[in-house]
Amino acid sequence: MRRSRTLHWIAVHAVAVAAALFFVLPFLFVFLTSVMGDEQAMSGELWPTAWHWSNYATVFRTPGFLDWWRNSLLYAGLGTLFTVCSAVPVAYALARFRFRGRRTAMILVVSTMMLPPQVIVIPMYLVWAQQLHLSGTLWPLIIPMAFGDAYSVFLLRQFLLTIPREYTESARVDGCGELRTLLRIIVPMARPGIAAVALFQFFFCWNDYFGPQIYAAQNPASWTLSYGLESFKSAHNVNWNLTMAATLLVMAPVIVVFFFAQKAFVEGVTLTGVKG
Amino acid sequence: MVSTALAPPPGLRRKRNRERLRTLGFLSPWLAGFCVFFGYPLIATVYFSFMHYNQIQEPDFVGLRNWTYVLTQMPLLGPALGNTLWLVVVMVSLRVVFGLGIGMLVTRIRTGAGFFRTAFYLPYLAPPVAATVAFVFLLNPGTGPVDEILGAVGLPAPSWFNDPGWAKPSLVLLSLWGIGDLMVIFMAALLDVPKEQYEAAELDGAGAWGKFRYVTWPSITPVVLFAVVTGVVQTMQYYTQALVAGKLASGVSVGPGTVIQPGYPDHSTLTVPQLVYSLGFQNFNTGAACALSLVLFALAMAVTTLLMRRRAGLLPAED
Repeated sequence: MRRSRTLHWIAVHAVAVAAALFFVLPFLFVFLTSVMGDEQAMSGELWPTAWHWSNYATVFRTPGFLDWWRNSLLYAGLGTLFTVCSAVPVAYALARFRFRGRRTAMILVVSTMMLPPQVIVIPMYLVWAQQLHLSGTLWPLIIPMAFGDAYSVFLLRQFLLTIPREYTESARVDGCGELRTLLRIIVPMARPGIAAVALFQFFFCWNDYFGPQIYAAQNPASWTLSYGLESFKSAHNVNWNLTMAATLLVMAPVIVVFFFAQKAFVEGVTLTGVKG
Repeated sequence: MVSTALAPPPGLRRKRNRERLRTLGFLSPWLAGFCVFFGYPLIATVYFSFMHYNQIQEPDFVGLRNWTYVLTQMPLLGPALGNTLWLVVVMVSLRVVFGLGIGMLVTRIRTGAGFFRTAFYLPYLAPPVAATVAFVFLLNPGTGPVDEILGAVGLPAPSWFNDPGWAKPSLVLLSLWGIGDLMVIFMAALLDVPKEQYEAAELDGAGAWGKFRYVTWPSITPVVLFAVVTGVVQTMQYYTQALVAGKLASGVSVGPGTVIQPGYPDHSTLTVPQLVYSLGFQNFNTGAACALSLVLFALAMAVTTLLMRRRAGLLPAED
């Protein structure tokens, strides 16, 4: 019995190590190439002969790179703020109020969630570009987030449903209005859900490529990191070392945020699936 | 008492009206957004699909010409639909199988569980553009690390993103790298399976397969279904990774002003959303782009309706 358990342990952990190699080696190769010299980065060798940490400084000195950082932070920061503020009351109404058309509203929320963004982008682009003259900026991406992003509304509603009704009832008995109930009772209790939604939205904005490609492409001063990274390789004459350094710098913030907010994040992922 | 059954007293009616107003107030951000950022563009897309419009001259009514062009004459519709379908079938099923496998592995790891879980999860967080750039480098034909290693152990080294036959499998590999979301979902579902059921099955003499087939599988099917459905929906929107991989692998310098038709190599990575972009923003054929986006819309709606009917865990029954 004990022997078969040991064998089982060895088998499981051997597979785990093999799997870990598949997930970790790409990061390692990207990192090792990011500190190679220009010549070596084109050779296909795996281990750097000399460690060129200055590659990272060179990336930061690339014209525009700091602007991309600022733009990504602006888009992700404001986008997240707007989304959370607008999604909370909508999700609350969908989770708590009884009214005619509630089911229809939920179906519409889920439908918009499923909709490929390419379906409606052309008329939207024409409005932002021709009527509002905002193409070449990130505002056409940020402003709509003040209007209850469907995915966030859906996730938050799922979370709010798990809060027992008794809390709101007793607040109402105490003469609390709905808005005060929401802000004083529900929002503090829903903090983990709100944190998960905020994280998802932050990552969505940070990772977004299609949006900036439509609205910011014409004006490099409005590019975000995700959009600008693609042009990096051609700007540096196929220098893989600098491109890999930039790639790691685009990944870094997301991974740092993850380590600080791991719990909220895993909570959010399970919220999307199993608890539905 | 009889009168209340027929018409509510004024007090109650006033209360109801107030409640209705309150509901409207809470919903207003979304209601406004839904009309402006969904309703309007959808109607406008239908309108433009019957117009010839190059975004400079006034739109000009052309009847069904965009529709017949998109559905019968456009040479790229076949490859785009075919690739999207290929990805939906292959990528989604492999992701579900792999995600379930990694989920089962993680629940069995006794030593260093935290490390392995984080290692398996992290790639999911890599921004898609960054992950794609990294994979184009890793799979660079000849000099990329993967081909170096394959060559060193004497295996054939494919051209990955530069070979029409390998480009989509390379994208699948990239999507398997980012399996973290499914891993977490499956892990949670597997941990929810009651332990006693395994013990009971063991007493009945069930082996590893029997336990999976008769205990694990029935209890995780809703989650598998959820993973399949959301996978299909996501894959129908598949855009960024395919576009970036094609552009970078093609080696054409990318920058402001350069127009690169998506799908390199040989339309093998062209998907429907990329074709919408290309028609609308590269060829300025607004009418055809709108007609094609309505085709995409119809496909997405068909899948969504199927999903709602099956209630794959997404839309809970009325509570």
